Amino acid sequence: MSDTSAAAHHHTAPTSFIRKYIFSLDHKVIGIQYYFLAIFSVLIGMVLSWLVRIHLVWPQLHIWGLEKLSPAGAPGGVMTPEYYLSLLTLHGTLMVFFVLTTAPQAGFGNYALPIQIGAEDMAFPWLNMLSFWTTFVGLCCLVATLFVKDGPPISGWTAYPPLSAVGSDAGPGQGMGQNLWAVSIAIFCVGSLLGALNFIVTTVDLRAKGMSLMRMPLTCWAWLITAILSLLSFAVLFAACILLFLDRNAGTSFFLPAGLLVNEKLQPHSGGSPLLWQHLFWFFGHPEVYIAIVPGFGVISHILSTFSRKPVLGYKVIVACLLGIGFLSFMVWGHHMFLSGMSPYSGFLFSIPTLIITIPATIVSLLWLGTIFGGKLRFTTSMMFALGFISVFVTGGLGGMFLAQPSLDIFLHGTYFVVGHFHMVMGVAAIFGMFAGTYYWFPKMFGRMMNETMGKIHFWFTFVGVYCIFMPMHFIGLEGNPRRYSQFVNAFIQPLMPVHKFMTIAALSTGIIQFLFFFNLFWSIFKGPKAPNNPWESTSLEWTVPSPPPFDNFAGVHPVVNHGAYEYGEENDGKDYVMQTDPPTRAVTG
Amino acid sequence: MGRTFAVILTLITVITVAVFVSHHWWFPEVASAHGVGMNDQFVETFIGAGIGFVLAQLALAVFAWRFGEKKGDSRKVRVFPGGAKGLVIFAFVYVGLEILGLAFVGQKVWADMYFTPPPSDATKVQVLAGQFAFYFRYPGPDGKFGPIHVDKIDEGTQNFFGIDTSEEGSKDDIVTAEVAVPVNRPVVLFLDSKDMDHGFYVRELRVQQDMVPGMEIPLHFTPTKVGRYDIACNQLCGLGHYNMRAFINVMSEPDYKTWLTQQAALQ
Amino acid sequence: MTTRGKFTLLLASLAMVALSALLVSEPVSAAGEGKVTGTIKLDGTAPHQKPIDMSKEPSCAAQHSTPITTETVMGSNGGLQNVVIYISEGLSGAAATAVASQPQEINQKGCQYLPHVVAINPNEDMKVLNSDQTSHNIHPQPKNNHEWNKSQPPGAAPFDVKWEAEEVAIPVKCNIHPWMRGYIAVVKGPYAVSDDKGNFTLNNVPPGSYTLTAWQETYGTQTQKVTVAAGKPATADFTYKAK
Repeated sequence: MSDTSAAAHHHTAPTSFIRKYIFSLDHKVIGIQYYFLAIFSVLIGMVLSWLVRIHLVWPQLHIWGLEKLSPAGAPGGVMTPEYYLSLLTLHGTLMVFFVLTTAPQAGFGNYALPIQIGAEDMAFPWLNMLSFWTTFVGLCCLVATLFVKDGPPISGWTAYPPLSAVGSDAGPGQGMGQNLWAVSIAIFCVGSLLGALNFIVTTVDLRAKGMSLMRMPLTCWAWLITAILSLLSFAVLFAACILLFLDRNAGTSFFLPAGLLVNEKLQPHSGGSPLLWQHLFWFFGHPEVYIAIVPGFGVISHILSTFSRKPVLGYKVIVACLLGIGFLSFMVWGHHMFLSGMSPYSGFLFSIPTLIITIPATIVSLLWLGTIFGGKLRFTTSMMFALGFISVFVTGGLGGMFLAQPSLDIFLHGTYFVVGHFHMVMGVAAIFGMFAGTYYWFPKMFGRMMNETMGKIHFWFTFVGVYCIFMPMHFIGLEGNPRRYSQFVNAFIQPLMPVHKFMTIAALSTGIIQFLFFFNLFWSIFKGPKAPNNPWESTSLEWTVPSPPPFDNFAGVHPVVNHGAYEYGEENDGKDYVMQTDPPTRAVTG
Repeated sequence: MGRTFAVILTLITVITVAVFVSHHWWFPEVASAHGVGMNDQFVETFIGAGIGFVLAQLALAVFAWRFGEKKGDSRKVRVFPGGAKGLVIFAFVYVGLEILGLAFVGQKVWADMYFTPPPSDATKVQVLAGQFAFYFRYPGPDGKFGPIHVDKIDEGTQNFFGIDTSEEGSKDDIVTAEVAVPVNRPVVLFLDSKDMDHGFYVRELRVQQDMVPGMEIPLHFTPTKVGRYDIACNQLCGLGHYNMRAFINVMSEPDYKTWLTQQAALQ
Repeated sequence: MTTRGKFTLLLASLAMVALSALLVSEPVSAAGEGKVTGTIKLDGTAPHQKPIDMSKEPSCAAQHSTPITTETVMGSNGGLQNVVIYISEGLSGAAATAVASQPQEINQKGCQYLPHVVAINPNEDMKVLNSDQTSHNIHPQPKNNHEWNKSQPPGAAPFDVKWEAEEVAIPVKCNIHPWMRGYIAVVKGPYAVSDDKGNFTLNNVPPGSYTLTAWQETYGTQTQKVTVAAGKPATADFTYKAK
């Protein structure tokens, strides 16, 4: 099966600059394009996080340049309450969609999946190119909200109606800004759906001879499961965005009940329910957070094995856990809605799979620990981030134990405890997965090595920094500090202001250090020392080809796979590992 | 590198646990009956999660310390004793028991609040949320809330509930900007919203509930401590969300009666 | 006296009379002289108004030892404050299009709009200030003019705004503090707002016959015809009946 499909994909190398780097069909170029789209988005998202954290602790500060960006939103450079919410909404939307849903899956996945399974390219290269440029258009729509008259929407990345659905009566940014948001996300959904199709068909159809499913690196399993989650969940979000757009512009009432008096104007809608949006959004929203983290699970498993010189412990179990997590992720969405007005019986029912999902997550974490146990750990930057991932994922995941119980959620919902939890798992763990992947695959992608010293400095400051930023959020959450407040005027929050200051300074410092990473990244692309084929002595197929690989990955050769992905062990003729394409007779013991 | 990681991770673990255990930042004092059970459940969860946290982080630290590859390392790599099977069983047992406990035994608080209706003698107050304030209405001696007419709501003349005072049930309604309730007696709040999703959150009373337009959601509890507590809006509702708050006064029975009479005179 | 001398004297006297007539008539045709004064009263007792409870904004609640009311403000003599007086008919020429030079201002102070009622000409500058320790978001809700709202965090600079079309009166609310209410009456020509004794003075009224209109937020409008003559200020009193 794979031979004929692979043969059908033979295409010639492009020659023009536009075909090579702009409108490219090559999955490697597209993967890098997605990666840099995410870098661009994370840069803006990070600056936005600085702005909002600065405003929280120094609300009357004149922020240089802000007035030029929005004279109405920040007269004299002082942020208005609505502009804070606008910037916060943009921060969340950019980070969740254009960073966390992009780089781990579409970025690294596009780059490495075809090579790791021994294919020349993705199943549908043209569709792949289309999905990138669609995502790009979505990003343009979102960034455009910064430049429309009333700025970005103020309803948060979750865009709950009625606030998001009634239009500009609800507040500044709720006119054009919210419309653009809905359009941007709908376009993003289309791009993701196209990408998901590609990933699934490629993994099912284009594996090289001998690359059975159980010989695939765990990264491939993670990308496959993530793609299935994307396919099923983004379809629902797409529908929800359309319904929202209709409520706002076509007079429909999917989400709007009768009798809404907004800013003294009686709204003409009737018959809808704000809860419907929440169900649709979170039916997507919960799988979405697994879409953000599961690729990281794959990358971390792969990197831990490589740099422990040991097979992954319990490969089959990890696959089963990833499948289990994927399946369960569709059954837990109501835990975002315990206090929403949904039936409390539903709330109780949702809490059960939410707690059960802890089991596969725990198993995976324990298997990572079991993988490094007894290994010969090589502390490259990539490995440091992988080890850090285990730590931060455990921390963030344990916060979930509290929030999964409706009784406790009564107190913790809407507080900084939630903000600390999801930043720990998404804003830290998933990002650590991206860093680990970057330092690991950079040599293959660009044919050069990144600087390890800079990488280590980047790791240390970041690892300590993220604990300083996000652990205190759990503490102030216990005090009931509400989230999404543009300013803290309540008396009971005043004693917590020193903690807020600490977190702001930690955020700014940790943010500054990321520029060392960006410098390392861009400098090394042009000036890094040349990379050998397999600098990490890793076993998967991408390390059998030059760095960077030729246009069709394997220079016309169809690889034949004889081994699983994690054969590390005792040295045998000088090497303690077996490449997947090594002859069947080669083995390591251990 | 591995040893540095181990040390720093251990420090982070110890500091984190110390802060939690010190209760330096902790829940405010409980002021409601069900809040006691909630506190207990929190403590149980902290213990379970805390043990898992410490074990996992310290294991990571120990492994990073011990298993670094050294030059000329002739050590053989070792498989984890018991392999994957042991860890899987441990996870199922430890986590399984914990979640069984938390999921079923621990839901008593949730059940008490939401699976049981409020007692018929509970003090009734209607709460109306709207950008960006809460207003409250007592039914008065007739015990009935008059109808809310959305088209009659006029904040400029302080008719926050859109009441037509000529109507049956509306004449004796008492509208206030702060709510007061008698201590040690059940209270039921009928939560309404006139525009956006809002949230009703009182930390000390351990109550929180979204206020959804188009729905009237009852929230009942029994306050047990006299005091003045913050009500904070906890569902993003627009630009003034941060400033949307009110106060709930839990008073002794005589004080409450006096307050209600004063408020009635102001109507 | 010679005949020539008598004729010169007569001519000089006539010239002096004509000159004085000219001088005397100058102020009569200049804009500065005409005035209308009067008092607005409420006949009966003011309706019961609920005092405004500002407890959600402690920094403002602290500024009012007695909670305020704003809809019907009466002085001790039964005078009604915050009534807008303006000329609704009879204005022509320069007087109709003149823009008063004294800029108006509305100050958000103690979570109230001060003054509670502002009268202003079309295209006259109005300054909006925030003197409170809390953010306000002023939101006028006009029918004939463009609707807008603007946040002012504490310490924010005042800003200027103009109104294009006549409107009596534009309600003003605060998006953050629902009890705040004010009114802006955009009228042509001379205007006044009654003080705490119910007294008002319309200045710069050219001589002529006019219809005077009084507007109050609860009691609505009343009209009266008035004639302003040179050197003689007119008076016009209004009485509203309590509901």
